[in-house]
Amino acid sequence: MWDYSEKVVDHFLNPRNVGEIENPDGVGEVGSMACGDALKLTFKLGPDGRITDAKFKTFGCASAIASSSALTEMIKGMTLEEAEKVTNKDIAEYLGGLPEQKMHCSVMGREALEVAIANYRGLGDGRKRELEGEVVCHCFGVTRDVIERVVRENDLHKIEEVTHYCKAGGGCESCHGKIQEIIDEIWRTPPVPEKAPVRLKKKLTTIQKIRLIEETIEREIRPRLQQDGGDIELIDVEGNRVIVAMRGTCANCPTAQFTLTETIEAPLREFVSDDLVVVQQEPET
Amino acid sequence: MNVYLDNNATTCVAPEVLEAMMPFLKEHYGNPSSMHKFGGVAAHAVERAREQVAALLGAHPSEIVWTSCGTESDNAALRGTLARFPEKRHIITTKVEHPAVRTTCRWLAGQGYRLTELGVDSLGRLDLDELAESITDDTAIVSIMWANNETGVIFPIEQIAELCRARGVVFHCDAVQIVGKAPIDLSKTPIDLLALSGHKLHAPKGVGVLYIRRGTKIAPFLLGGHQERGRRAGTENVPYIVGLGRACELAGANITEENRRVKAMRDRLERELLARCPNSRVNGDRERRLPNTTNISFEFVEGEAILLLMDQVGIAASSGSACTSGSLEPSHVLRAMGVPFTCAHGSIRFSLSRYNTEAEIDYVIQHVPRIIARLREISPYGGEESPVKPVAASS
Repeated sequence: MWDYSEKVVDHFLNPRNVGEIENPDGVGEVGSMACGDALKLTFKLGPDGRITDAKFKTFGCASAIASSSALTEMIKGMTLEEAEKVTNKDIAEYLGGLPEQKMHCSVMGREALEVAIANYRGLGDGRKRELEGEVVCHCFGVTRDVIERVVRENDLHKIEEVTHYCKAGGGCESCHGKIQEIIDEIWRTPPVPEKAPVRLKKKLTTIQKIRLIEETIEREIRPRLQQDGGDIELIDVEGNRVIVAMRGTCANCPTAQFTLTETIEAPLREFVSDDLVVVQQEPET
Repeated sequence: MNVYLDNNATTCVAPEVLEAMMPFLKEHYGNPSSMHKFGGVAAHAVERAREQVAALLGAHPSEIVWTSCGTESDNAALRGTLARFPEKRHIITTKVEHPAVRTTCRWLAGQGYRLTELGVDSLGRLDLDELAESITDDTAIVSIMWANNETGVIFPIEQIAELCRARGVVFHCDAVQIVGKAPIDLSKTPIDLLALSGHKLHAPKGVGVLYIRRGTKIAPFLLGGHQERGRRAGTENVPYIVGLGRACELAGANITEENRRVKAMRDRLERELLARCPNSRVNGDRERRLPNTTNISFEFVEGEAILLLMDQVGIAASSGSACTSGSLEPSHVLRAMGVPFTCAHGSIRFSLSRYNTEAEIDYVIQHVPRIIARLREISPYGGEESPVKPVAASS
């Protein structure tokens, strides 16, 4: 038996806003009977640009019905800009949490909202285009975009988690390799900062060079090392030689040389100067 | 009112069974292997229980080996047989087995065995010609369930056993769901190995049996003491074994009369639910089926939601829906039968026992149609009014 929160049980037993609005301003339909759950969301906008009414019809389990009911309650009174920011996490939190295996119910709610808003703006016919983009999971018709989004938004690291959140990989399992690749890709590269500095071509003064090296370490290098429990300290800069000390797990890492070239030297060359060589500080004797 | 219609999952312990067990939880606590009166009483009780089980099956008491559950019996049968025929590398089973057999066979396939999983038709029936064609000189064991736990569909085990006998292949039968519900006679059916579980026939959980026909070669499955003639070591679970013996005796005494009554209640329940809930259907072969089971699909609604609303009014059943298990795909049994996804997600299994009453059935007939109608109001696929175009599965 599932361990549903009181709020989930309440929204399942007493669902709010069941039905369909006539002449709605936005319609969002996601899911299918084959997949085991489906949701049709309709909303109406008031003259002030706020959602005055929202209704749902859902085919699915208790948590799918509760998530839909919660969604309609949450978005009433919101502007579309506010509604757009509602995430699946918000829906789950509103309900006092969902069992991990049921998180996809909250994702379905968020997707329906997205489709409905797009529909209002004249994009799409109110039905989610399941197969737009690269389909990774063919059993449940889940695209790469959807997987990337749930991985990022919910900080997912395991295939099983991805399945719980968007169903991908829950059928024949033949896409598990692909899902793992997507997870790896996302967490290998830290999110690119919005304002990437323009690469400097001109000759730098020593002080400019050191500052730029420090900035690059801070932005590009340290976060990646820290992901693995390591760290770095800039010791000195002598001409084109950058002397660093490895800290934390990096200090005794058998692949330290690889880290030095790939994770430290490469970004420094990219963002500071092509001719930099990174060396480790000689251990003090 | 509380109505328990989930007897294929587990059953209540019969009062007579509990009564028979109690002395062995209290004063008769001896170890059956001991050389004193305490041990003697326990040993005698274990042997009497063995006779009771053998009598229900049409077997000889020496062919009954105690285990801890049906799953252990299935594991022992499969792995114990393969261990005795290391040169044979092929296993035959079906796509609709209980996980006790299915998962074990698939694990063995991962260990290098060749696995044939026979399919079923839309009514859940096997093709015996396909079975005959699948057997080769390399086949070590055929493992086929007698009655399906989800649909209640009964396979023609007599014919299958004869076929395996004629081809010289060991035949194991998972009979967990049928024992106690329909008469079986191993003196007339050449089954080599057969698994049963106590808690499906009003004995407690934690006791099972592997029937091993005399002369069947099987490796021991627990090493240790001399218990069960060396085939399954470990001190006997005396109170539970006594309970299982008594449960088999009760089942044997009541099987004909009670099946008539249980079957009549099941048929009425099924008939009324189909009549009162449009767009519903029975899954499985209604002609050859356990007398206590009906598996009904209610289209356009989802099983977990049905179960939880039924639970609100005290009705207990189970579902082949994906959501109830935490997996995403509906029951492998219904999928093997080609039941459309539109129906599989809304499938509910009602399984009765001799402890159910006509008043309880009235109660279920009264409540379930309301629950289905209520969920259909919430569903975007509506009900009978709105034409539905189900989306085909892409897998």
